Amino acid sequence: MTTVELANVSRWYGNVVAVNDITMTLDTGVTGLLGPNGAGKTTMLHMMAGFLNPSRGTVTVGGAPTWRNPDVYRRLGLVSEREAVHGFLSAYEFVLACAKMHKLRDPASAARRALELVEMTEAQDRRIDTYSKGMRQRTRVAAAFVHDPEVLLLDEPFNGMDPRQRMHMMDLLHSLGDRGHTILFSSHILEEVEQVSGTVQVMVAGRLAASGDYRRIRRLMTNRPHVFAVQSSDDRRLAVALIGERSVRGVELEPAGGLTVRASDYGSFTRALPRIALGEGIRLRKLLPSDESLESVFSYLLEA
Amino acid sequence: MSTVAYITTRGLFGRRRVLLLLPLPALLIALALICRAYDVNPADWGTPVLVGLGLAVVLPVIALIVGTGVLGSEVDDGTLVHILTKPLPRRDIVLAKLGVAVGVTAVTTAVPLFVAGVLADSVRLGLALAIGAAVGACAYSALFLLLSLLTRRPVLLGLVYILVWEGLLGRFVSGTRVLSIEQYVITIVDRIAPTDLLNGRVSLPVAITMSAVFAIGGTVAAVDRLRSFSMAGETS
Repeated sequence: MTTVELANVSRWYGNVVAVNDITMTLDTGVTGLLGPNGAGKTTMLHMMAGFLNPSRGTVTVGGAPTWRNPDVYRRLGLVSEREAVHGFLSAYEFVLACAKMHKLRDPASAARRALELVEMTEAQDRRIDTYSKGMRQRTRVAAAFVHDPEVLLLDEPFNGMDPRQRMHMMDLLHSLGDRGHTILFSSHILEEVEQVSGTVQVMVAGRLAASGDYRRIRRLMTNRPHVFAVQSSDDRRLAVALIGERSVRGVELEPAGGLTVRASDYGSFTRALPRIALGEGIRLRKLLPSDESLESVFSYLLEA
Repeated sequence: MSTVAYITTRGLFGRRRVLLLLPLPALLIALALICRAYDVNPADWGTPVLVGLGLAVVLPVIALIVGTGVLGSEVDDGTLVHILTKPLPRRDIVLAKLGVAVGVTAVTTAVPLFVAGVLADSVRLGLALAIGAAVGACAYSALFLLLSLLTRRPVLLGLVYILVWEGLLGRFVSGTRVLSIEQYVITIVDRIAPTDLLNGRVSLPVAITMSAVFAIGGTVAAVDRLRSFSMAGETS
């Protein structure tokens, strides 16, 4: 079993801190690295893959450092976010070249096996620059997996894929995880992580905000207070009526007009509001959930 | 041929920039043929065509196109990552790419220079120019390959070296010639086939030593640079 270990890892560019004091261990199975854009996920993956030197701390794969150590690629595969592939080669030529560079004993059969795994055998003899985005992505996975690495790192692997391709990629990652590989993939989309991995590492602003079982983190996310901006024909009277509602945790009158309402349960509050307004004879003019961005969900996790 | 060299060669000849390799050698041969056909005295056209065009433009510009193409293009489009994520010593990757660059540059420049040299003077001058082109190809390729790992604008910096350092300063400031690959090549050619057409301005030991310094130093520095190749993250 090969583990990826990060110990007190930080990475900064000048005075911008991209990754801030992260310690984590990745074991076999699929782990999702979740976080909004700019959270430092790619920087983390690049450090794990030996393409960035940590400013502080250590990154090891199976006990060996990844920086300036090409030998680590015997047990590690990387699918980077940039889609570039040698478009003048066919998928078979490309994956075969990768197998040869790994100095595998039987590169041709390794290439065929990897292409079968990603279901690319039919189009394997066409030039890669004639492929769709999803096909290129699968070809890159085949190339990264041709030497059957114990650890596979994927940076935003579902970007640009259609739903069917996504489903296929998810199944593939599942099966690789079940076969005892250590798989880490990054994503900024909650639902993707939900469908693929049981374990997640959540990054916000370069820090590890949450780590562990997905369901526990999801519960934290759904139970967080929701904030709504409300405007009505009589804000003060509506505030009085709302404070009696069980799902409402707090109401604030805004100086410029309108209310800010904090609710503990999204569904109960949005059902109760029109009922209360109707009962009081108040006309609702605006209802806006004001913290629904992914950033706010992640920020909440950071505070939790 | 190693897999890295195979991919590099296919990449080089699969890109449109390979077409840039054709016009300059063709122009060199065409000019020499025209001068010869009209019986122009070689003393009048030999120096401008062989040195002014051949050694000062064709050789360095082709070395620049090829030398930055073998690695710089893969750095630019991100395909280099597929080669770097293999358990290959970085030395092997650099040597394979340098081998392709030197081979393509040497063949593309030595042939037209040989033809032009024969037309201008003798087979001996043609052979001397071909050897000079091979030596120049080694030094220029190592320099430009290193540049493509040091900067995101290797072609621009390479042009500055060719046009400003060698072309402009090399003419007026004699000290700059010690760091001019063009001057090493002229000296080597002049020693192998002494004629009035070429005038070496650095000594032969300097030419040989400095060519080796450029070729070996550039290669060693490129290997070290590739070992620490970094990919910037989204937050950089």
